[in-house]
Amino acid sequence: MHNKSVAELSKELESGKISSVELTQQFLDRLKSEDGKYNSFITISEEQALAEAKAADAMRAAGKATAWTGVPFAHKDIFCTNGVRTTCGSKMLENFVPPYDATVTANFKAAGAVCLGKTNMDEFAMGSSNESSFFGAVTNPWGDKRVPGGSSGGSAAAVAARLVPAATGTDTGGSIRQPAALCGITGLKPTYGRVSRYGMIAFASSLDQGGPMTRTAEDAALMMNVMAGFDPKDSTCIDREVPDYTATLNEPLKGLKIGLPKEYFSEQLSPAMEEQVRNAVREYEKLGATVKEVSLPNAKLAIAAYYVIAPAEASANLSRFDGARYGYRCDNPKDLMDMYTRTRAEGFGNEVKRRILVGSYALSAGYFDAYYLKAQKVRRLIQQDFINAFKEVDVMMSPVSPSPAFVQGEKTTDPVTMYLEDVFTIAINLAGIPAISVPAGFVDGLPVGLQIIGDYFSEARLLNAAHQFQQVTDWHQREPQ
Amino acid sequence: MSISREDIEKVAVLARIKVDDEQVSALEKDLGNILDLVDQLSAADTEAVEPMAHPLDAVQRLRADEVTETNQREAFQAIAPATEDGLYLVPKVIE
Repeated sequence: MHNKSVAELSKELESGKISSVELTQQFLDRLKSEDGKYNSFITISEEQALAEAKAADAMRAAGKATAWTGVPFAHKDIFCTNGVRTTCGSKMLENFVPPYDATVTANFKAAGAVCLGKTNMDEFAMGSSNESSFFGAVTNPWGDKRVPGGSSGGSAAAVAARLVPAATGTDTGGSIRQPAALCGITGLKPTYGRVSRYGMIAFASSLDQGGPMTRTAEDAALMMNVMAGFDPKDSTCIDREVPDYTATLNEPLKGLKIGLPKEYFSEQLSPAMEEQVRNAVREYEKLGATVKEVSLPNAKLAIAAYYVIAPAEASANLSRFDGARYGYRCDNPKDLMDMYTRTRAEGFGNEVKRRILVGSYALSAGYFDAYYLKAQKVRRLIQQDFINAFKEVDVMMSPVSPSPAFVQGEKTTDPVTMYLEDVFTIAINLAGIPAISVPAGFVDGLPVGLQIIGDYFSEARLLNAAHQFQQVTDWHQREPQ
Repeated sequence: MSISREDIEKVAVLARIKVDDEQVSALEKDLGNILDLVDQLSAADTEAVEPMAHPLDAVQRLRADEVTETNQREAFQAIAPATEDGLYLVPKVIE
């Protein structure tokens, strides 16, 4: 059962061959025996999962089943789950049990899905290797001592290792797509505002977006059907109709116009990676697509703009962790200032502290115009590049990461080395457009991802393009040994 | 661009994060590297470009001024580090 997709498990449950309680117990048993190798979960919520499974079986018996009813999955530990510990990978929230559900959490509950637990992640979603988690690094199922990518590294590793068929992720600069690529699974970052951020612990509010992490594009479409939609509780959510993302998966790709941004096939990309990506593009040509080169002249400024905007927003968002109302508090504070400064020094890890400090610096008196305002202007230039390119093509294709999964510890000495890992993903967040990472080959036995970038609200088209590719390739079905 | 020890100490106070001398040295190097990276922005011509705050240029939505939530003080205070008589306890603020 653990090799089946969400769509397949849904059919098994529908046929009555297995109950959700039986299926959930099987997945829980496997999760508990296997995850010692990966450390992909922070919390396994066995009791709640079995209760949800029982409720799902009752829902089905009452004739109210959806595609998700009784299907096990996991949440990245950034989505608040009422009554189940939500840590965001931080000591600051080590014992935080939210008294409410994120909207995404509530949507899966309403659909009858069964959450097995909370997956590991870089602390506060800040990282590209899952090494900044307070709960320890995650191991990529494709290689001993290899990182799974980050920040949604636990979700990616758990799906790749067949511990769950699907998991939620969040993507602020590449945190769904890069781990999906490094673990050989499918991951979609939707348009900014498509999925509610309510109850999703905030990192950089103008960039954060939740999305699906699955083995197949079809399953990602099933997840989007539950995740997407307007939410009055998220002030930046977009009120716009949600299509059935599974309805257009089988549309033919004949005539699809693909653009290859020349800046994303640069010297940062290893020749072996480039070969895999270009082979994938050739598969699309066989499916009837046409290919041309496009240019994103300001893409080279994306990392610089991001490392002003994201830390600035993070420094504001993370000011809520003050030791007063919830989360960690230092021992024996001697006065209020001592409580704030020691709580935050002891509760946050190094990368989070660095980003808060950079952000506070960029927003401080005398620097605001030179850093924050300048970065927001460059952000518009980057967005304009994408808008111009989409006048010529339907989608763009590129690598997801410059290299396959690297070795743990390889990029932790200098933060900037780690930041460059997101060179092909970060501009997409700044523009706010959607992009999907699809398994597209291997280099040295490690998975390579193809990034398909779309215009605003083109998630259905991206899922269609990914699904059609998965009908003629089997990269997404390869299983780590 | 480099950042001085004094700048780091000042910004650490603004961010309410205690840093010791040893950490300041490490931060001097790390933050200096990050600011070098960020300095690429100064080369961009942004004359007459509007700053971008929301990708779809959406503006803040307003809602009716109605009570929509119930009081959940007990649930919220159950997860607080220290409370008493329905109040959050913090170190003495006024001497």
